[in-house]
Amino acid sequence: MRLDIMRLGILRLGFLKTVLAKNETLVAAVIVAFCILAAVSDPLFLSATTLTDLMRASIVIGILAVAAMLVLVSGGIDVSFTAIAVFAMYSTTVLTLSVMPDMPWYFIFMISIFIGGCLGAVNGVFVVFCGLPTLIVTLGTLSVFRGFLLTFIGSQRISALPPEMREFSRMMIARGTTEAGSFYAIPWAFAALVIVVALTLFILHKTMLGRSIFAIGGSVESARRIGVNVRATQFFVYCYVGALAGLAGIIHGAMGRMADPFSLVGLELSVIAAVVLGGARLIGGYGTVTGTLLGVSLIVLVENSLIVIGIPSTWQSVTIGLLILLGTGLPAWQAKRAASKAA
Amino acid sequence: MNFLDMVQQKKSTPEFRLAIIAIVVFLAMSLLSPDRFLSGQNITSMAFQFPEFAILALAMTITMMTGGIDLSVVGVANLTAVISALILVNFAGPDMATGSALIWLFIALGVAVIVGGLAGFLNGVLVARFGLPPILATLGSGLVFTGIAVAMTGGSAIMGFPDVVAFIGNGQLFFVPVPLIVFVLLAVVLHVILTKTSFGLKATMFGANPLAAFYAAIDINRLLIKVYVLSGVLSSVAGMVIMSRANSAKADYGSSYLLLAVLIAVLGGVNPYGGYGRVLGVVLAVLSMQFLSSGLNMLQVSNFARELIWGALLIFVMIVNTTDWSRFSKAPVSK
Repeated sequence: MRLDIMRLGILRLGFLKTVLAKNETLVAAVIVAFCILAAVSDPLFLSATTLTDLMRASIVIGILAVAAMLVLVSGGIDVSFTAIAVFAMYSTTVLTLSVMPDMPWYFIFMISIFIGGCLGAVNGVFVVFCGLPTLIVTLGTLSVFRGFLLTFIGSQRISALPPEMREFSRMMIARGTTEAGSFYAIPWAFAALVIVVALTLFILHKTMLGRSIFAIGGSVESARRIGVNVRATQFFVYCYVGALAGLAGIIHGAMGRMADPFSLVGLELSVIAAVVLGGARLIGGYGTVTGTLLGVSLIVLVENSLIVIGIPSTWQSVTIGLLILLGTGLPAWQAKRAASKAA
Repeated sequence: MNFLDMVQQKKSTPEFRLAIIAIVVFLAMSLLSPDRFLSGQNITSMAFQFPEFAILALAMTITMMTGGIDLSVVGVANLTAVISALILVNFAGPDMATGSALIWLFIALGVAVIVGGLAGFLNGVLVARFGLPPILATLGSGLVFTGIAVAMTGGSAIMGFPDVVAFIGNGQLFFVPVPLIVFVLLAVVLHVILTKTSFGLKATMFGANPLAAFYAAIDINRLLIKVYVLSGVLSSVAGMVIMSRANSAKADYGSSYLLLAVLIAVLGGVNPYGGYGRVLGVVLAVLSMQFLSSGLNMLQVSNFARELIWGALLIFVMIVNTTDWSRFSKAPVSK
C-alpha cells in the first residue's frame, strides 16, 4: 500500500517534471508572468483593446509560423516563405488591378494562395528532386523570388488596392467600445489564422500524411522503410508552406491597405524564432501547433507591449534574443545533462 | 603522378569549378563593357568593396567547417563597431592631433577585437557547454548583440572620428587598398590555421564526424569554443572595416551581409554540414560575386536583379556540386 502511494508519488513527480521541461509550459509561464507584470504597471493593459490589437498583430506572423513549423517537423528549414508571401501578395495585386479590379476578395485570395503554392513547389523541386540542403535552397530562392519580384513585376508601393481587398480589411467579426472608451475590433482576417490552425492540426494528427511528415522528420531512412513516400510527402510540405505564405501575404497586404514589395522579407528569422521558442526542434520530428502559437504570442507581446512593463523598446531585440537563448537553452542543457548521466 | 593526372584530380574539386566560374564571369564582363569594367577605377573600387563581407564569409566558413553556422556575425561586427566608435568619439574626437588619435585608434581596435572574442566565446559556450544548436544559439545571441548596439546608440549612427580612422577602410598602401590587405592577411592566416595546425585538422575532423572526433579523444568543448571565438574575432575586424569605410557606426549596418556571407561560404564549396572547406574556394566565390555585381552595375542592371542572379548562382553551383558527375563520364573520378 505504502509502496503504491510512493510509486504514485514518483509517477506524479515524473509527470510534473515532463510538463515543466516542456517548452510550451515554459513559454506559457513567461506569457502569464509578462501579463501580470504588465497589468500591475498599467491596469489598462488588461482590456479588450489590447487583446484585439495583439490578435490583429499575430495573424500574419501566426500563419507564417504554422507554415515554418511544418517544415521544421519534416526535418527541413525554410527561410524563403517571407519572399513567397510578398511575391504572391504583390503579383496578385498587380494582376488583379490590370485584369479585373472588381474581382471578389476570395478569388484574389485564391490567386495569391495558388501563386504561393507554385513558388513553394519550386523549393520542393530543388529539395526533393535535386536533393539539395533545405537551408541553402531556400536561402537561394529567397533572393531569387525577391529579386524577380522587384526586377520584373514592380518595385513601387501600391496603395490603390482593388476595392474588394480594402473591403476585406473592413470586415469585422466583432467591434465595439470598451467601458474606458477605447475602440476595439476583431477583423475577419483572424478567422484565416483559425482555419489554418485547424487545417494544419487536422493534417498533422488525423491523416496518414501528417504521420508521414513526423516520420520523415524523425528519420528519413526509417520512414522510407516503413513505406512512406518520402518524396511526395516532402514535396507536399513545401507546396503547403508556399500556399500558406501566399495567404499570409495577401492578408498582410489587405490589412495594411498597401501592397509594399519591400515588406515582410527580413521577418523570416523572427518567425522561425517564434516556432523554435514553441518547442519545435531543428533536427525534425517534433513540433506542436500549440507551442508554435504560444511562441508567436510571446514574440508579438514583446514586440508590442514591452514598454508597458517598463523596458524601453530599444531593448526589444535583446529581450527576444535572450528569450530564444533561454527557451532553447534550458531544454538543450537538460537533454545534454540527461545524456551524460546515462552514459 | 604526371601533370595530366593532377589536372584530372583537380578538376573534381569545387575550387576548380569555381575558378572557372570566376574567370568566365570576369571575361564576360570584360567583353560586355571593356572600357569601363577593366578601367583602373573600377578595379580599385571593387578591391575596396568586397573585403568587408568577404571577412564575414571567412568567419562563416570556419563555423560551417564544424557543421555549425554563425548567424551572429553581422551583430558582432556592428556591436564592436559601435563600441569602438563610442570610444573614438568620446576620447578622441575629430579635431585631435594625428599622433594621439592613432593611440586611441589602436585602443579602440584592441577593444573591438576583445569584444568580438568575448561575443564568440559566448556563442561557443552556448553551443559546446549548453548543447544549443548553432543556428539557434547564434540567432539568439545575434539579436542580443544587435540589441545591445541599438540600446547603446538609441538606433542612430555615431559619427565624428579623427581622420586617421578612415585609413583602415579607405586608405591605400603602395596603391593597394588597405581593406584588401587586411582581407588577404586574414585569408592567409585562416588558410594556414585550417591546413597546417592540429586545431584546423581537429575542426575538420569534428565537422566530418563528431562521434569519431569524440572517440579520438578530442576535447570538443574547447575546440568549439575556439572556433566561435575565431569567428567572433574575424567578425569584429569586418566591423572595423565597415566602420572605417562608412566613417560612422550604426546598429543595423550591413544587415544584408548575413545572407551574403552564408551564400559566399556555400558558393565557395564549404560543406554546410561540416567537414570540408577551403579558404581558396571562399576567395574565388567572393571574386565571382564581386565581378558579377560590379559588371552588372556597369551594364545598368538594377540592384534587385543582382539579388536574383546571386540566388540563382547559389542554387546552380549547389546543383553542380552535388550532381554525381561520374555517372556521366566513363573515367573514374577520385574523391
